[in-house]
Amino acid sequence: MINSDKPTEQNDLPVIKVRGLVNHFGAHVVHENLDLTLERGEILGVVGGSGTGKSVLLRSIVGLKRPNDGTVEVLGTTLNELNEAQRSQIERRFGVLFQRGALFSSLNLQENIALPLIEHARLPREDAEHLARVKLALVGLPPQAALQFPESLSGGMVKRAALARALALDPDILFLDEPTAGLDPIGAAAFDQLLVTLRDALGFSVFLVTHDLDTLYAACDRVAVLSQKRVLVVDTIDKVADTDDEWIQDYFHGPRGRAAQRAHTGSSNNANVQE
Amino acid sequence: MPSEWIARHDQTVTLKGEWTLANYRYIKAALNHSETRTELGKPTGATVSLDAITRLDTAGAILIVELIGVEKAQAVADWAAKLPKEQQALLVRIAEAMEAPLDVDPPSYSRISQALASVGQHMAGLWSQQRQLLAFIGLVVATLFHLALRPRHWRLTATVAHIQQSGLNAVPIVALLTFMVGAVVAFLGATVLQDFGATIYTIDLVAFSFLREFGVLLAAILLAGRTASAFTAQIGAMKSNEEIDALQAQGLDPIELLVLPRVMAMLISLPMLAFVGMLSGLAGGAMVTSLSLDISLTQFMATLQKDVSVTHFLVGLSKAPVFAFVIAVIGCLEGFKVSGSAQSVGEHTTSSVVQSIFMVILIDAVAALFFMEMGW
Repeated sequence: MINSDKPTEQNDLPVIKVRGLVNHFGAHVVHENLDLTLERGEILGVVGGSGTGKSVLLRSIVGLKRPNDGTVEVLGTTLNELNEAQRSQIERRFGVLFQRGALFSSLNLQENIALPLIEHARLPREDAEHLARVKLALVGLPPQAALQFPESLSGGMVKRAALARALALDPDILFLDEPTAGLDPIGAAAFDQLLVTLRDALGFSVFLVTHDLDTLYAACDRVAVLSQKRVLVVDTIDKVADTDDEWIQDYFHGPRGRAAQRAHTGSSNNANVQE
Repeated sequence: MPSEWIARHDQTVTLKGEWTLANYRYIKAALNHSETRTELGKPTGATVSLDAITRLDTAGAILIVELIGVEKAQAVADWAAKLPKEQQALLVRIAEAMEAPLDVDPPSYSRISQALASVGQHMAGLWSQQRQLLAFIGLVVATLFHLALRPRHWRLTATVAHIQQSGLNAVPIVALLTFMVGAVVAFLGATVLQDFGATIYTIDLVAFSFLREFGVLLAAILLAGRTASAFTAQIGAMKSNEEIDALQAQGLDPIELLVLPRVMAMLISLPMLAFVGMLSGLAGGAMVTSLSLDISLTQFMATLQKDVSVTHFLVGLSKAPVFAFVIAVIGCLEGFKVSGSAQSVGEHTTSSVVQSIFMVILIDAVAALFFMEMGW
């Protein structure tokens, strides 16, 4: 991939390296000695039961929560050791889609997406808003939506707009917190496809927190399972699904898991036939 | 037109280098300078080569699609086979996205009609605001009477919690503020009355002003700033989090659960705070008279008892429940008007403070006239 050739960084280095992460809120321990690696250009799905600290892990990596112990290395640097300016330099290479969208409610959609373009890429407002409109179309929003405010949008539209904002600066790492939750199945499938297309074209890495089994099968290169305060297993989805653990077996081989697996093998067989 | 990003040899336009967001401005400037755009538009126009592009992101892809047109970009596989598959896919995606016209112009009107519309909107807004306030007061009073005989529906815990927040916690600031104003009034009185040799009347001045007006007025204005805003923000945040809708969907009455405890808490807190304000204003006055006018504390108390009847205290205190009701109702109503956005929370919080202070002063002025005419 041409795009991943950044002269400043060694390509074989993982983009995120979490080592010995400890997070606790008071006496409630969320993570204990958690290790996780995100390789360049991969889409890593992070799954786990409710309350296993998926979102906390995401927040620790992007620097919204200071871990109680352990190191988080992002793009070869440790965020917590940097000063404000250096941090901002690294952080503008992140794109984050928050669970509830977190669009700026006092700006319309086009301004929401133009904001990072104006602030970080220093584009004139007119150009930034033009790019913003293309990105909104790219995530499948109609042109009229550009002038609407977040409060007047449906949940699915908010998700799409939030993705467009996360992609605004063509980030190196995309963090997605349950991006397909609240989307209809057709929209979710289109989202998965869009994610893979953009990843292939732009070569970014994706840290994807999800409950959506279809997304895991359709989009993720590897899957990490969070359980018992650490990463239980990281591997390709087929190997993870075969892991001997009660929760994993329930998750991947319950009725929904089987359906998703069937759908996936079905569609890849079709693809083979077409080729 | 040689440039870092575009070169032209005979019939071939070569795009090269890094077509990325960081270079967006420069590439765009280069494109505007060149005649590439017009050349490409002609049927016999030049062919485009993308082979020399080293990096491409969405911003660059958008520029390319604009340059060569949507149809050509969608057929990129036919004429730019050397371009990596991923980048071809990106161009196709972008072209698909740009197929429909993207620009929607907001409807535009002339300045005069805009100004007129804005005036009209404000007037209509003012009118509907007053009507809403009256309707809301009616709703609250109706609910209040409805529940007065049903003690099971009294929200005692919530009411006590609000009394603590808006009443008890406000005691220090109310006491401090009225103490200082009391001292200032005494100083002013002493300075003016000295010329007439009537400094002893400073005591009457402080007592009259604080019992009748300042004690309750200052407490009310403080609570309007402190509590009306809190009510608006609390209820507004619940509104934007759909909590109000959730209450209604469960058949629960938000007026009963959210508004009445706040109104009751204010009805209890403000008279008490007004009393605290009166006392501490008098204390401020007493401090100044005893320190700078050589009027002893005993003499202060004696004059107070002799000259100032209890009517003034009652007149002052009678206004407190009215102020309390108005402040609480305006605070809650503005909270219910919040819609979704953070900006809306801010607007309505401002509005609730401004409205409640305005109403407090207005009512106070009317009441002053009324009491004067009645000779109370």
